[in-house]
Amino acid sequence: MFLLEYAVLAGILYGLYFSLIGIGLNLTFGVLKIVNLAHGDFLMLGGFLAYFLYSALGLSPLWAVPINLVLFVALGGLLYALLIPRLRQSRDPEMASFILFFGLSQAIEALAILAFGNNQRSLPAAAIGPGTISLFGQVFPLSWAAAGAAGLLSVLLLYLYLYHTRLGQATRAVMASREEAVASGLSVGRISALAFGIGLALAAIAGVFAPYLLGGISPNMGVAVTTTSFTVIVIGALGNPVGTVVGGLIYGLALMLMETYASSWATLLPYLLLVITLLIWPSGLLGRRLRSA
Amino acid sequence: MPKLRGHAWAIAVLLAAFALAPSFYGNHSVLFSMAAFVALAEGLNVLYGFTGYLPFGYVGFFGTGAYGASLAILAGTPPLLALLVGAAASVVLAALLTPLLRLSGAYFSIASLATAEAMRLIVSNPALTPLTKGPYGLNLQAAFHPHQSYWAMLVILALTLALVSYLRLSPFGLALQAVREDPVSAAMAGVPVVYARSAAWLLSAAVAGSVGGAFAWHLSVFYPQTVFSLSTSIFAIVFTLFGGAATLLGPATGAVLLYALYTAVGLSAPQYFQLIYGLLIVGLVLFLPYGLTSLLQRRGIHVP
Repeated sequence: MFLLEYAVLAGILYGLYFSLIGIGLNLTFGVLKIVNLAHGDFLMLGGFLAYFLYSALGLSPLWAVPINLVLFVALGGLLYALLIPRLRQSRDPEMASFILFFGLSQAIEALAILAFGNNQRSLPAAAIGPGTISLFGQVFPLSWAAAGAAGLLSVLLLYLYLYHTRLGQATRAVMASREEAVASGLSVGRISALAFGIGLALAAIAGVFAPYLLGGISPNMGVAVTTTSFTVIVIGALGNPVGTVVGGLIYGLALMLMETYASSWATLLPYLLLVITLLIWPSGLLGRRLRSA
Repeated sequence: MPKLRGHAWAIAVLLAAFALAPSFYGNHSVLFSMAAFVALAEGLNVLYGFTGYLPFGYVGFFGTGAYGASLAILAGTPPLLALLVGAAASVVLAALLTPLLRLSGAYFSIASLATAEAMRLIVSNPALTPLTKGPYGLNLQAAFHPHQSYWAMLVILALTLALVSYLRLSPFGLALQAVREDPVSAAMAGVPVVYARSAAWLLSAAVAGSVGGAFAWHLSVFYPQTVFSLSTSIFAIVFTLFGGAATLLGPATGAVLLYALYTAVGLSAPQYFQLIYGLLIVGLVLFLPYGLTSLLQRRGIHVP
């Protein structure tokens, strides 16, 4: 019983963190109708920034959160301007973007290996704050709670942005129908560029906690992280931010239960969950429309 | 039949080149790998070029074929027969995964990637050590025969090229391309959509499986990550895109040119190649989405 309780609570903390990992990908998909296959690589870059802030300057990795936010929104705007307008002209923009981002992910991974070396880095537990935290009689590392809180906070802020600001409303209009948004005079290009930037920034912020929750950061972690994020948003429902939290929690709980009771098979979980969900609920647990990507 | 003659010539020249090359070039394992990648790119072409499904996890079939064939060899099967076992293992896996074809576009690609990663994790799981030797890999040195395995590879290559040629010239290949462009209209015109797609899927898996088997036999000592490495999928995709999908010569040209470049510049720093191939994919999608052969096709020249 004690073990089960621990697994469930840890699963919830991890689940909130997995929502953070997935939500940027979901936003990008919802607004741009593009699967950013380099999502995991941007997470990795954000993680390395936190690592170097701590190891070179002695700053708390948490400082990487605001820095990543600014840096990656800017990077998103730049990448958007370079790639997306040209992509939109191709015959099948969705598939073309998918292949393109796959190439981008490979290029980022290679550059990261050349720059940082091909080994895994981690941060000491004390870097993020001393000690542990006790929840319902169970003791967890402080970093897990911080990651869970960051996940919850990011989802809430994104929700406030999308549903209670004018720019967010415009973003949702583009999500609902790009053509009609253009027709009603919204500057779709700028809104999409911002959404793309926010998507990258959310990935990079998730990267700050990767040394603690994903067991370290290494240049070649991108593909696995992208698959995990894709699994999370597919379990929920693509384009639906609430669905991402549901997906994240289901994923986190499943992972922790697997780690507790069948640990040697736990790495298999994201792939199995992804394939099973896609085959049984092709539009996600909370989805109503059929997928058309 | 001028088109058929063109195809026959193209296949004959390519095979003759691979058959004669060992007398002029000493590094036979490079030649073997090049032949393997030509066959893999053409196998991917069977699926991607003719149906539009892009399997990121194509290496899953390659690895399954490698393990299927190797375990058969270790069980005492003659290697040539074991290659058939490898191909059969991949076809069985593909048949189990046929429901993936219900997904489209990106969903299919990622689901296929997920199954390849799942296969790698299953095969290398320490819990299965008695069956697959888990993470410790397989050793086929008793059956090692570089000469025979090279010729087996060329036979597989010949069959694969003939298959792509058949798709390029036959009504069946045309039907597949019609399904790729517009499944509903193709179904209205009497094309059995599900059957056609499944056939391409199984054939494509059979190619990867037999190439994987021959590769394992040639290499004779390998680990799960050797034969389930994602970079194998990436290579096959890049070669196909670079040359031009849905043609016979496109993927073969892409594989020969880019693999030669890969060997010439050196295998010492694979990251440089990962970088170059990554950027190449980005550039191709933006500037040359239909590959090298499209440069000729745009001028009205028929490419086999």
